[in-house]
Amino acid sequence: MMSLHTQPWSIAGKTFQSRLFVGTGKFASPELMKSTLACCGTELVTVALRRADLSGLDDPSADILNFIDPQVFQIIPNTSGAMNAEEAVRLARLGVAAGLPKWVKLEIHPDPRYLLPDPIETLKATEMLVKEGFIVLPYMNADPVLAKRLEEAGAATVMPLAAPIGSNRGLETRGQLEIIIEQSKIPVIIDAGLGAPSHAAAAMEMGADAVLINTAIAIASDPRRMARAFAVAVEAGRAAYELGLPQIRRQASATSPLTGFLAD
Amino acid sequence: MSFLEVFNRLPEEHSPRLRRFSAMLDSSFNLEELAQEAEQLTRQNFGKTMRLFAPLYLSNECVNVCKYCGFSRDNPILRVTLALDQVEAESRYLVAEGFRNILLVAGEHPKFVSEKYLEDCIERIHPFVPSVSLEVGPMETEEYIPLVQAGAEGLVVYQETYDRAAYAELHVAGPKKNFDWRLACPERAYAAGFRRIGIGALFGLSDWRREALALAAHAEYLLKHCWKSSLTISFPRLRPAAGEFEPRVVLSDRELVRMICAFRVSFPQIGLVLSTREPAALRDGLIPLGVTLMSAGSHTEPGGYTRVGQEKLHRTEKGKMVPLIDSEGEFATEQFAISDQRSAGVMVAKLKELGFDPVWKDWDGALGGV
Repeated sequence: MMSLHTQPWSIAGKTFQSRLFVGTGKFASPELMKSTLACCGTELVTVALRRADLSGLDDPSADILNFIDPQVFQIIPNTSGAMNAEEAVRLARLGVAAGLPKWVKLEIHPDPRYLLPDPIETLKATEMLVKEGFIVLPYMNADPVLAKRLEEAGAATVMPLAAPIGSNRGLETRGQLEIIIEQSKIPVIIDAGLGAPSHAAAAMEMGADAVLINTAIAIASDPRRMARAFAVAVEAGRAAYELGLPQIRRQASATSPLTGFLAD
Repeated sequence: MSFLEVFNRLPEEHSPRLRRFSAMLDSSFNLEELAQEAEQLTRQNFGKTMRLFAPLYLSNECVNVCKYCGFSRDNPILRVTLALDQVEAESRYLVAEGFRNILLVAGEHPKFVSEKYLEDCIERIHPFVPSVSLEVGPMETEEYIPLVQAGAEGLVVYQETYDRAAYAELHVAGPKKNFDWRLACPERAYAAGFRRIGIGALFGLSDWRREALALAAHAEYLLKHCWKSSLTISFPRLRPAAGEFEPRVVLSDRELVRMICAFRVSFPQIGLVLSTREPAALRDGLIPLGVTLMSAGSHTEPGGYTRVGQEKLHRTEKGKMVPLIDSEGEFATEQFAISDQRSAGVMVAKLKELGFDPVWKDWDGALGGV
């Protein structure tokens, strides 16, 4: 298939071609997760530290990292399960001690049901981890002021949600996301809630730098094909954004313009 | 404000969610449609995964007299409380089987199962078991705090029956007689810092629909008031045990499935637990329908996995300890007979065959603590 040749982009100086982040939870098997990652062209993969082996003992009951080649993918450990900044920082450090890259997708959600991110603890943890030299990608609610505060605290990107994790509800926070994208100096990755390739395409058309998809791919009847579908949608949306979309009009353009009386 | 106040107003005051839940329990509600919705919601919220855990019985000593329980004080059974080395041996066996989530279970006995003993058990195994939970006699918040600090992250406490009259009649003697104190236990556990709270009812003691509705009301209350806790619900059905208690109400397989699906549809993000009390074929059928946490290869007697604990084995007669002259070939008595006898390995193979990723570790010891 012909590529649309969208622009490469970068996080903290590292360049990527793919704008599709993929999460690794909820798959029917690690083998299926591995082959799904391989066939959608993604370069950025996030893994929950609480599911990984942090003991250094090569634990066979926690071998998810054995299925992700760090030579091929930028692995971004996430702190899912952390309830506050201290726990997130502790997990992030353990990840590094276990040999993982010093990148962290910060997820701090005290509410285990909707998994909505705690803004106060997220800002606090960002400050702490940036000081320690981490490349921090915070998951956040679609709050433009918080996005700027995280940027000022040294976050490498912001990752605002479109809708709650796993909800597949699409761009429910669209208006706020538009403000975040307009104001941000760092990449904006729309994370969580995107349930269909059309949602991902719309996010990219809005000017998001990338999207993160997990549930919609992992629980699809064929995750590999669904991942490809998302990859194509992300590329299409990005190409349209780069080319510039025509303005949406409420009426048909008049064939006899009102200003036709003006000479030249 | 505690759940007790809400409970005392049931069943007159039901929320819209509980009214829908109640309708789903009625046999006129289409079960197949309910099952389809439950399946879809479970996949969306939990993916194609199944978390696994194992119970580890520390002690079958108990001061309570409960008519339905194998550990009831007056049952003349073989009892033991495991020594710390034995607790470690049992844990290491379970870890070798693959488990990273262990539920420590014990009867209620202040002398044998003291707070200090539980704290020591947790401290001993937490370094190599990422997730440790407890199912022990209810305690005060202040008593729970050291257990959370020692590394326990979950607390399971079943009300057994939400029917006050039945509760009073079945719990003949001992601290467990106090219905209200037990009912408020999950809130005390939350206040102490437990991250995962498990509730449930023992089906077979009273009308199952009323039990289910009270359990749902309890869950709804905890979601609002203990919003940071990860809640799980269990639906144990009575199993044969010492004492030969006969279930007063039979919850059929079909009704159990209906109830589990109704819980899933009403509470999409809550964990639902299914133990080895249930037969293999039923467990396999329920795997896609809402269940998110399963045990496998379980033993319900202290020392059951590695055959330890014989040195201090003794018989009790009406609560009085009678030493065994010869414990050779004798083991502690189980709480109840499990039904699904499959080993963890066989269960894992079955899950994979059905298209589910068995998740052993979904928690890290770095999380939690106070």
